[in-house]
Amino acid sequence: MEKVFGRSKGLSGTPFSFCPGCTHGIIMRLIAEVLEELDIIEETIGVSPVGCSGFCQDFFTCDFVSGAHGRAQAIGNGIKRALPDKIVFTYQGDGDIAGIGTQHAIHTAARGEKITSIMVNNALYGMTGGQMAPTTLKGMKTTTTPYGREVEVYGYPIDLPKIIAALDGAVYVASVSVDTPKNVLQTKKAIKKAFRVQQAGLGFALVSVLSTCPTNWGLSPQESLKWLRENMMPFYAMGELKATEEVKNL
Amino acid sequence: MVKKVLMKGNEIIAQAAIEAGCKLFFGYPITPSTEIIEYLAKHLPKAGGTVLQAEDEIGAISMCYGAAATGARVMTASSSPGISLKQEGLSYCAAAELPVVVVNVNRTGPGLGGLGPMQSDYFQSTKGGGHGDYRLLVLAPSKAQELYDLTMEAFDLADKYRNPVLLLTDGFLGQMMEPVELKPKPASPEFDRSWIVNGAKGRKKRIIASYALSNEVGEAINLHWEAKYKELKEKEQRWEEFYAGDADYLIVSYGTTARIAKSVVLNARRKGIKLGLIRPITLWPFPEKAFLPYKEKIKGAVTVELNTGQMIEDVKLALECKVPVHLYRRLGGMLPTEDEILAFVEKTFCPGLEEV
Amino acid sequence: MAKVKVLSQYCKCCQLCIEVCPQGGLKVGDKTNARGYNTVVPVNEEKCTGCTLCAIMCPDVAIEVYK
Repeated sequence: MEKVFGRSKGLSGTPFSFCPGCTHGIIMRLIAEVLEELDIIEETIGVSPVGCSGFCQDFFTCDFVSGAHGRAQAIGNGIKRALPDKIVFTYQGDGDIAGIGTQHAIHTAARGEKITSIMVNNALYGMTGGQMAPTTLKGMKTTTTPYGREVEVYGYPIDLPKIIAALDGAVYVASVSVDTPKNVLQTKKAIKKAFRVQQAGLGFALVSVLSTCPTNWGLSPQESLKWLRENMMPFYAMGELKATEEVKNL
Repeated sequence: MVKKVLMKGNEIIAQAAIEAGCKLFFGYPITPSTEIIEYLAKHLPKAGGTVLQAEDEIGAISMCYGAAATGARVMTASSSPGISLKQEGLSYCAAAELPVVVVNVNRTGPGLGGLGPMQSDYFQSTKGGGHGDYRLLVLAPSKAQELYDLTMEAFDLADKYRNPVLLLTDGFLGQMMEPVELKPKPASPEFDRSWIVNGAKGRKKRIIASYALSNEVGEAINLHWEAKYKELKEKEQRWEEFYAGDADYLIVSYGTTARIAKSVVLNARRKGIKLGLIRPITLWPFPEKAFLPYKEKIKGAVTVELNTGQMIEDVKLALECKVPVHLYRRLGGMLPTEDEILAFVEKTFCPGLEEV
Repeated sequence: MAKVKVLSQYCKCCQLCIEVCPQGGLKVGDKTNARGYNTVVPVNEEKCTGCTLCAIMCPDVAIEVYK
């Protein structure tokens, strides 16, 4: 018999540090597979954020730089400007990229920095125990919005990919989900395209992936997928939000 | 001998960076440091480098962090309020041991302050600034030639110790015009590059990071940094002495005020007062060694600073409080005159001299 | 003829694989791994079609599929 599915060479042997059922792991697997399939593991430098995904440098076999909360894209820009022929990607939670690091998200896209950013949106701050994030849905309970996110007090969630798609330097923006096998395959396609955009030097590419946080949502892994599907997917704009002609022709 | 040219302080720093092989500059405009990014924007690309005006100071220092991780020579420059924003990144650079050269053209503060020179960022520069127990190597040039020479050397020192180096100047040094010899940079030694990230081709992957979730690892890393800082203290204290050998009294001053203090020493000598000067060139490590021969010998010291008394604390420690140490300061962008400093020295140390 | 192999050192027993398998081919086993998780094991192995749905949904890349 032939192995038709196994661990990618892009992954180190270190088990993921995430809680059971957390879909961070699916997204990391997809990135590792894409790096292997494009044969760029040895050309790639990843940049990790702070938060649950802050340990991702341990899980990949490519070089990695870990920096301050929210700064992954600025760090990635520095790396890419120093090594324009290498592949640079950032892996960031929603709090990292849409909260404390928003300025870098906007300007990285506006400048058309030739890096790839993967945003993982679970609608709260997971690592610190489930506080409100910029992406927390209206009415959603977190430890800092114990009565639900009241928009009169906390305003509305940010749909960052929509904002990024409006900027000229961003050439590919996709919002995807890993709630079903079909959507996982769709996510992989989007991630692969985002890396190919960088290989072709076309501009900035962002893939936002809706992800679960069973622990802080207080749901089972299976219920979490359903909650994501029923609550997050209707709110956030899904699909390819932007693909320039050049990207479509890739 | 290279012909001297007349240049502005900030432009001298920028030219020195190019000569030192700086390949990337990330910055954000702020008076009175802006000529550095402007000069580099014009000249660094011609030397094969990259200049990027970042979204903000936090972005600029984070870009430096990323570029330095690849082993490239990288610099950023700003003035006081902008340097405050860079403190997060500086702490991370120190922790990840990344060689970044940072220029602070000190303006007045706190808050937005004004555009004149102050030495009000001495504490911030030498005692931390960002979070955590780290040190920057802090160089304090005092004249045009030193702006040039120390900027070039800052890159070697950053690479040698894998530590951020801060060049602390001020609004006066940055804006003044003075002749400078644009000497070619002496060859750098070979630096260890076994830590850089540039793609794991034919080698194991590398990680640049600064986290330590276990306390045991945390202590081990802190001990490693402590050993480096001890080595810096041992090997890199620098200072200039001016008529200090036989002095009864010492002025201690760096940067802009040290220029004025030199004239004060000469004027005092003409009046028969045995005044000398110790001018720290490294502010961290503070040149404690400079004071060893004098702490039992002199009768008193005065620090001349553009703040309400910051370096004076290090001078008192270096002199072990064996003699009185006084402060003469001007604030808010004002510079002291030679005469007012000399009058303070006379009044403090030689009361009654005026009547003689 | 197909087969799934659970790499028990990675498994955290989140059971997403069990939910997604159309053949009822996985269940929670009796053995605990070094990190304290009861790990998933294949059952009804003759029914496995090698569709890889379990591996696609596994957040810990703990499943290999052979065909």
